[in-house]
Amino acid sequence: MTQRVAATPGLYPLPDWAKETLSELKGHQKGDLLSGDEGEAIVEQYDEVRAEFVDDQLDAGLDRVVEGQGRWDDMIAHPLTVHDSVETGGIVRYYDNNNFYRDPRVVDDLDFSGDVARELEAAGDLLADADGAADASLAATLPGPYSLADLATNEHYGDEADFQAAVAEFLAGEVAAFPDHETLFLLEPSLVTNPPAEGAESTATDAIATVADATDADVVVQTSYGALGEKLYAHLVDEAGADALGLDLVAGDRDDTVYNVQEFGATDSLALGLVDGQNTLVEEPETVAERVEWFESQVPAEGFDRTYLTPNTELFYLPANKYRAKLNALAAAAEVLD
Amino acid sequence: MVRNPDANRDQFRPHDHPNDAFLLTTVVGSYPKPKWLNRADELVEDPDSKFDASDLEEAHDDACRLVTREHERAGLDTVVDGEMRRNEMVEFFADRIDGYEFNGPVKVWGHNYFDKPSVVEEVAYDEPWLVDEFEFTSDVSERPVKVPITGPYTLGFWAFNEAYPSTEELVYDLADLVNEEVEKLVEAGARYIQIDEPALATTPEDHAIVGEALERIVSGIDEDVRIGLHVCYGDYSRIYPEINDYPIDEFDVELCNGEYEQIPTFTDPEFEPDLALGVVDAHTAEVESVEAIKENIRQGLRVVPPEKLTVSPDCGLKLLPRDIAYGKMENMVTAVREVEAEIDSGAIDVDDPLDD
Ligand SMILES: [Zn+2]
Repeated sequence: MTQRVAATPGLYPLPDWAKETLSELKGHQKGDLLSGDEGEAIVEQYDEVRAEFVDDQLDAGLDRVVEGQGRWDDMIAHPLTVHDSVETGGIVRYYDNNNFYRDPRVVDDLDFSGDVARELEAAGDLLADADGAADASLAATLPGPYSLADLATNEHYGDEADFQAAVAEFLAGEVAAFPDHETLFLLEPSLVTNPPAEGAESTATDAIATVADATDADVVVQTSYGALGEKLYAHLVDEAGADALGLDLVAGDRDDTVYNVQEFGATDSLALGLVDGQNTLVEEPETVAERVEWFESQVPAEGFDRTYLTPNTELFYLPANKYRAKLNALAAAAEVLD
Repeated sequence: MVRNPDANRDQFRPHDHPNDAFLLTTVVGSYPKPKWLNRADELVEDPDSKFDASDLEEAHDDACRLVTREHERAGLDTVVDGEMRRNEMVEFFADRIDGYEFNGPVKVWGHNYFDKPSVVEEVAYDEPWLVDEFEFTSDVSERPVKVPITGPYTLGFWAFNEAYPSTEELVYDLADLVNEEVEKLVEAGARYIQIDEPALATTPEDHAIVGEALERIVSGIDEDVRIGLHVCYGDYSRIYPEINDYPIDEFDVELCNGEYEQIPTFTDPEFEPDLALGVVDAHTAEVESVEAIKENIRQGLRVVPPEKLTVSPDCGLKLLPRDIAYGKMENMVTAVREVEAEIDSGAIDVDDPLDD
């Protein structure tokens, strides 16, 4: 029987109090954004934010708990923008949103950083110490190598393929330093918004597999902003080393996604982007549950190992109260299905 | 189809205008708030303070007087109050329109947030949004007052849409409300309305939605009312020549920031509305010299003849230090009057405006 897992890929909105304290401590300008060597006062604020994120997830009853990525000023570009071999350029648009991040210009070898591992370690400690955490386990979040390379500017490595491979090696090194985790989410929105050129699909899937191979955890390759192209979808199922491909059932044309799974099969597990990470309207758990059953019924398979119930994007787009409501909706939907 | 800018432009020409040529000078809208006004905005939120809502209104009135005068002093042909009463361009209107709800700030970038509202039911017109503001500014000003209004496309797409099957439908409902507001403003005497649509720059493929929204906004509005559209920080080639079909009198662009690289876009096919050209940068904290601004104005003459050229800063000036903002306006007006004189004397050849 398919196990239903309520989870999110992270990147939560800061609580309102932290929006204020951190903007006072850090400032509003480009030069004030996180560099990865923040001082003690700022570290303390983020520690509190992390604890609140873990509590939010346990309160909601999610099956996987993420660190929440409160420090990721540059969204999924964060692992590069805090890296020593990266210079941050201008502020550039984050996908098709009214959001911006610093352009990471990679100017030297991407050696080991450990920034994300430290965060995850702290989240793991919080989870281990928390009451009522018995049913929840730790999930890690990283950008996928294709999207991270897409969001960055390469001023050091050879061509695009070299750069994707280098970013993948870097991310694999980071994963190797992670504490034990049950699931690894690799966020790959660029696979939809700016897919690899015809014939270059395997470069992207090889890069993803490099990162996926660095962990024993279940790997979810989460896509966003609509359906994947069919050829790329087929490559991802076969070659990316993903236990689950994450599919956006909110944005774009759902029928295209159904067509992909019917035509090309699916990974052993699936992640379904079911609640809208970019709209304050909170979905009813019953509706979410129905969508899960509907989608599973479209797929010509006996069943999946797991179906992850997730939002279709990161949740930082939302006001804090609605982000919490979305966590609740996901956990409640998984309950409905049990 | 373009409206009839010839029918409304002359009313903004001052009686004592010194030159034959007349390039209409204006601003996009927002202006740096005096520090004390920001303090006053905070103070009214403080429960321990005796400073109350009526004190804040007085402070807003004072600030509007001050900034309107500052615009007049700079010599502008048409003025605004610097949007002293407005907090943010979506929030201000969402606060006044039934159907919107606020849940809290969301991230734009870094620690910059915006109180992005949610549309939770059909939008409806409640009380006037800007009529009081316009009447006040009109009273204190000796020059015609322009009224900037955030456009329905931006009001729709920079909100969460919980209530409408598509945001496009929300935009059209909002456009009907903007039309109602414009009618009230016109009744109160307004003759110069500017619709601000910065959201169009991020999704230029939606230009037809903005066009349909504009049709609704200008429905029943006489041709003696000048309707401008301001769009900034985008790739204009993606909405040109489509904007030639918009029912507007004037299209206001930000091009100084990009050093006029996009000017050729507007030369073919022929530009139909009047062109309102940004000639000073809204995001550099140095005042451009009169000479430099004159060169910028000449760029506009490549697109339209003098009688169809309006001159303004690239965008709202609110992020600049106040003395810099003032300096930019003052030099801009000086540059315009000098260019007009040079057109009159033939020193500038309008058929070959870059030639010295
Ligand atoms: Zn603007």
